[in-house]
Amino acid sequence: MSAVEVSELVVRYGDITAVDGVSFTASHGHVTAVLGPNGAGKTSTIEVCEGYRRASSGHVRVLGFNPATQQRALSERMGVMLQEGGIYPSARVLETVRHYCALYGKGAKADVLVEQVGLGHREKSTWRQLSGGERQRLSLALALAAKPEVLFLDEPTAGVDVNGRARIRDIVLNLAHEGCAVVLATHELDEAERMADHAIIFDGGQVIAHGTLAELRKGHDEIRFRSSPDLDLHALAASTGVVAIRLGHDEYVIDAPPLPKLMAQLTGWLAEQGHDLIDLRAGAQRLEDVFRRLTAAREDGAQ
Amino acid sequence: MSRFRSQFATELRLTLRNGEQLLLTLGIPVLLLVFFSMVDVLPTGTDEPVDFLAPGVLALAVMSTAMVSLGIGTGFERSYHVLKRLGATPLGRPRLVAAKVAAVAAVEVVQCAVLVPVAYLLGWSPSAPNWLAAIGAVLLATAAFAGLGLILAGRLRGEINLAAQNGLYLVLLLLGGMVIPFAELPAAVRAVAHVLPSGALADVLRDALGGGGVRPGASWGVLAAWAAVTPPAAARLFRWD
Repeated sequence: MSAVEVSELVVRYGDITAVDGVSFTASHGHVTAVLGPNGAGKTSTIEVCEGYRRASSGHVRVLGFNPATQQRALSERMGVMLQEGGIYPSARVLETVRHYCALYGKGAKADVLVEQVGLGHREKSTWRQLSGGERQRLSLALALAAKPEVLFLDEPTAGVDVNGRARIRDIVLNLAHEGCAVVLATHELDEAERMADHAIIFDGGQVIAHGTLAELRKGHDEIRFRSSPDLDLHALAASTGVVAIRLGHDEYVIDAPPLPKLMAQLTGWLAEQGHDLIDLRAGAQRLEDVFRRLTAAREDGAQ
Repeated sequence: MSRFRSQFATELRLTLRNGEQLLLTLGIPVLLLVFFSMVDVLPTGTDEPVDFLAPGVLALAVMSTAMVSLGIGTGFERSYHVLKRLGATPLGRPRLVAAKVAAVAAVEVVQCAVLVPVAYLLGWSPSAPNWLAAIGAVLLATAAFAGLGLILAGRLRGEINLAAQNGLYLVLLLLGGMVIPFAELPAAVRAVAHVLPSGALADVLRDALGGGGVRPGASWGVLAAWAAVTPPAAARLFRWD
């Protein structure tokens, strides 16, 4: 049984349909990234799963519970991290985590959680004294107090520095490794790429793609390179048989698999023409490129 | 029980840590009681101003805690998504509400423990005080004021709620017979003042603690009516997020 099962979910606000027939699953032991532009329906969908919002229609089960009618039972086994806030501004770090450990009653140790998220040196600071990244880590500690079987994270790395991100990533991946189902809503596609093994891409209230990251990238290999800004792309095409597109001042992309022969042709041609090769990356598209391709295709289709 | 205890302790700790709320719930009542008892400028109609002021200031203290402090605190908790976050824990609404009510009651006990001795020190000498009736009135008033505070907190944004709570506090203080006798108000205003929860509480407390109530029977009815109406209205109108 999947930890999260959503089928034909519809959420309406008056005349506006925010979520329009969405279906997906998220499994134990996996990190599922929920991606999409602003207003795509991600937050509404996740809030239905968390029990904050009622569905207009459709079927939702989280750990086998209906979040709308069994939220109390679900809350015992679910961790939630809100995008921002959720904590008394004058509450101190350790006492807040201790409070949430008592609310969940799962035997989690507050001081251990505070150390785990890297706030041991800030345990007496109030929430309002913390930086943005520290607030996110405190919020994660509260979610961990639940010893969750399913964990919903909303922008967990927003405003977090590089070391903080690495720490959050390690915690999330460890949880998944221990069997927790992690659902991660984020705009930070690099982080999603590092943490998630599955992704669901929302747009216009619908799921426009879902699957493992490998499945989403499949068939979309590319060669991306940086060189002189004045490359003769017609001459390059005549020499190699592939078309390069200029992305920026000195950045180019070729929509083709990174075959050794083609790579040799490209670098050989650059050397013949006396151009430098500043950077070269070949292989599967980044998640960001997959996302832009899918959402752009939808925009083009709408026009 | 441990969930309730933890939430209650958190509510109480944060209330007592908040300087503005302490000023509102203890500082202002004590200041009003001491100042106007020692400086005889109010037309209290009693030999000792403190005999008029003590029940009125106790009523003011109840209003400060149950309506303004609770309402402002809850309003900001709503703005900061604290209530939303708690909603995803096993705490549950009944325990959250019970913890808030218990914290209000605890603060009221502290207020009484400070104000009553101060009033006695200032020369308050209530004749045959009926403390049981006073406690009953405080319980009814706590329900009525908490309902009012939560209606505003549950509907208005944080800063607007703050302004509204303070504005209402001022109106209910000035018209509620707490420090200014009803007899000093213009007739039309007096009619309104008698049906306000602050006016009814001050009147009932003044009657219970030494006599001097203007229309205690009617005031009990007014207080009970407010207590019956505002908590269910708050429960119905309150938006958690």
